[in-house]
Amino acid sequence: MSRILIIAEHDSQTLNLATAKCVSCAQAIGGDIDIAVFGSAIGEVAAEAAKLEPVTGVIAVEAEHLANPLAVNWAPEAVAIASGYTHVLGPSTTLGRDLMPRIAALVGVNQVSDIMEVSGPHSFKRPIYAGNAITDVECAPDRTVVATVRTASWKAAGSGGAAAVEQRAASSSPAEHTRYVGLETEGGERPDLQSAVRVISGGRALGSEEKFGLIYGLADRLGAGVGASRAAVDAGYCPNDMQVGQTGKIISPDLYMAFGISGAIQHITGIKDAGTIVAVNKDSEAPIFEVSDIGLVGDLFQVIPELESLLG
Amino acid sequence: MKILIGIKRVVDYNVRVRVLPDGSGVDLDGVKMSVNPFDEIALEEALRIRDAGKAEEVVVVSIGGDPVQQQLRTGLAMGADRAIQVKTDAELQPLGAAQAFLKIVEREEPGLVILGKQAIDDDNSQTGQMLAALWGRPQATFASKLVLNGTSARVTREVDSGLEIVDVDLPAVITVDLRLNEPRFVKLPDIMKAKRKPLDVVTLEELGVDAGSNVSVTHCAPPPQRAKGIMVDDAAQLVQELKNRGLL
Ligand SMILES: Cc1cc2nc3c(=O)[nH]c(=O)nc-3n(C[C@H](O)[C@H](O)[C@H](O)COP(=O)(O)OP(=O)(O)OC[C@H]3O[C@@H](n4cnc5c(N)ncnc54)[C@H](O)[C@@H]3O)c2cc1C
Repeated sequence: MSRILIIAEHDSQTLNLATAKCVSCAQAIGGDIDIAVFGSAIGEVAAEAAKLEPVTGVIAVEAEHLANPLAVNWAPEAVAIASGYTHVLGPSTTLGRDLMPRIAALVGVNQVSDIMEVSGPHSFKRPIYAGNAITDVECAPDRTVVATVRTASWKAAGSGGAAAVEQRAASSSPAEHTRYVGLETEGGERPDLQSAVRVISGGRALGSEEKFGLIYGLADRLGAGVGASRAAVDAGYCPNDMQVGQTGKIISPDLYMAFGISGAIQHITGIKDAGTIVAVNKDSEAPIFEVSDIGLVGDLFQVIPELESLLG
Repeated sequence: MKILIGIKRVVDYNVRVRVLPDGSGVDLDGVKMSVNPFDEIALEEALRIRDAGKAEEVVVVSIGGDPVQQQLRTGLAMGADRAIQVKTDAELQPLGAAQAFLKIVEREEPGLVILGKQAIDDDNSQTGQMLAALWGRPQATFASKLVLNGTSARVTREVDSGLEIVDVDLPAVITVDLRLNEPRFVKLPDIMKAKRKPLDVVTLEELGVDAGSNVSVTHCAPPPQRAKGIMVDDAAQLVQELKNRGLL
C-alpha cells in the first residue's frame, strides 16, 4: 500500500487551499496520507492540516530558519522524512514548483510535474505543450514518486477529521548562502485567483492601468477575483500575480470572463478547467471564441458599463 | 566571472502542436524549432551582465543531437562567446539534464548559471532546481529582476502572492521568468560572426551521465475538447444566459 507525504503550503496563519487539493490527488493514489508542515509558528496551520480528510497524520517541523518557504531550507527537511514514504507530493503553485524538484533531485528521481489525473499508484496523466497534449507517465514502482499536483484539476478535500500532530525537530541547519529579504504583495481584499469561484480578466485592449479599473469594478460587483493576460501585465496595467496562463496561474473558477483577450494558446491553457468561459472581444475572429461557452462580439468599453447597469 | 546558460531546442512557441495519431508523441515533422523563449531571456540577461563589465565570458550549453547546434549558433549570434554541445540522442529528462549540467559546471566553474524557468515543450520546470540541489548551491527561480552585488545577487522572484526577494551568494542557479528582459534580435552580420566562434562537443557518455529515468512517457493524446459554445448579441442577452445557467 502507498504511503503518501504531502508538503503543506501556508503563510503561517492559514493553510493554502492547494494543500487540500493535494490531499484529493493523494486519495486517488490511495493509501495512508501524512502532511508535513514546515515553518516557525505553525501550530494553527498544523491543526488545520490535521482536520483534512482522510489525512492519517501531521508532522510539524518548527524552526526559525524554516519561517520562510526557501527551497534550500525546506527540501532537506522533506528529504529527512521522505524515506518512509512511497510518494511525496506538493502543489503546482510557485512554492511547489520551486521546492519539489529540489527534493526530487536529492532523492535521486525525476519529478512528475502537474498531475492532472491518477490512473494507478504509479501511473499519471500530465499536460505538455501548454496543455495541447496530455501524456501518460509511468513511474518505476521501486522508486519514490516525487510529484506536483496540478491544483486546477482537483477539488479541495473536506475538513472534519482529527489526525494526530507529531512535533519533530529540524534535521538540518540553515543554508547560509540564501537569505530571504521580503515579499511585496498587493494582496487586496479580492478573492484569491486560484480559489475564486468567479474570475474577471482583462487583456491588452484595456489600454492603461487606469482603464484596467473597469475590470476591478466589474469584479467587485460580482465578488470575483481579477486575472489578466500576459500582455496586460507586461504593459504594467496590473501586477504580475494576476497573470493567467502557461507561465502564470492555472485556474478553475466556475465562471471566467475575458475582456479584450485574444486567446493565445499560452493564455487558454490557464483557463481550460473553468466551468463556463465568457469572452467579450471586438474581433469576431479572435481565437478566444473557439473555447468560449458564451461569446459576445463587442467593444468592452461599452459592454462593461452595460453589464454593470444590468446587474443593478 | 563566467556565466553558463542552458539552451533547449524546442518547437517554436507560435506552432500549434499536433499529437500523432498513434499516440507516440507530437508531430515534429517539418515543424519550426527555436530556442526555448525563457532561455533566450536567460542569455540576454547574461549578455547584459557581461557588457556591463560584471562578467568576462558567456558560455551557452545545449544537450541533444546535432540539430541543437542550430540553437547554439543562435546563442552565439546573440552574443555568447562560446558554445558546448552535450551530445546524445537520448531524450534526457530533467534529472539527467541537471546531472549533465553539473558535469559542465565542474569543468567550467561558472559564477552564475542562468536557465529558463521551464521549457515550453514538456513544461516540467525542474532542471534548474535540480542542478542547484546536486551542486549544493542556492536557487532563485522565476526571476523577474536580477542585481549583482559583488559576491551575491539580489533576485526578485515572481511568486503566486506577488514578488519575493532573495539574496543568494554566488555561485548560484537562477531560472528566469518572462518579465526579466526583452531579448535582442539577431542581426545578419552577427550570424556570420557566430560561425567562427568555438563550439565544442562532448558526449553524455564522456561526462559519465546515465540517460535512464524512473519516469517514462507511455502515451500521448490530444486534450479533451470543450463543447462548442454559443454567441450572444448584447450585454442583456449575456446576463440572461448567465442567469439561466445559475452563474449569476
Ligand atoms: C513563452 C511564452 C509564455 C507565455 N505565457 C503566457 C501566459 O501565461 N499568459 C498569457 O496571457 N499570455 C502568455 N504569453 C503571451 C501570449 O502569447 C499572448 O501574447 C498574450 O496572451 C496576448 O495578450 P492579450 O490577449 O491581452 O493581447 P492581444 O493578443 O493583443 O489581444 C488583444 C485583444 O483585444 C481585442 N480588443 C481590442 N480592443 C478591444 C475592445 N475595445 N473591446 C473588446 N476587445 C478588444 C482584440 O481584438 C484582441 O483580440 C506567453 C508567450 C510566450 C512566448
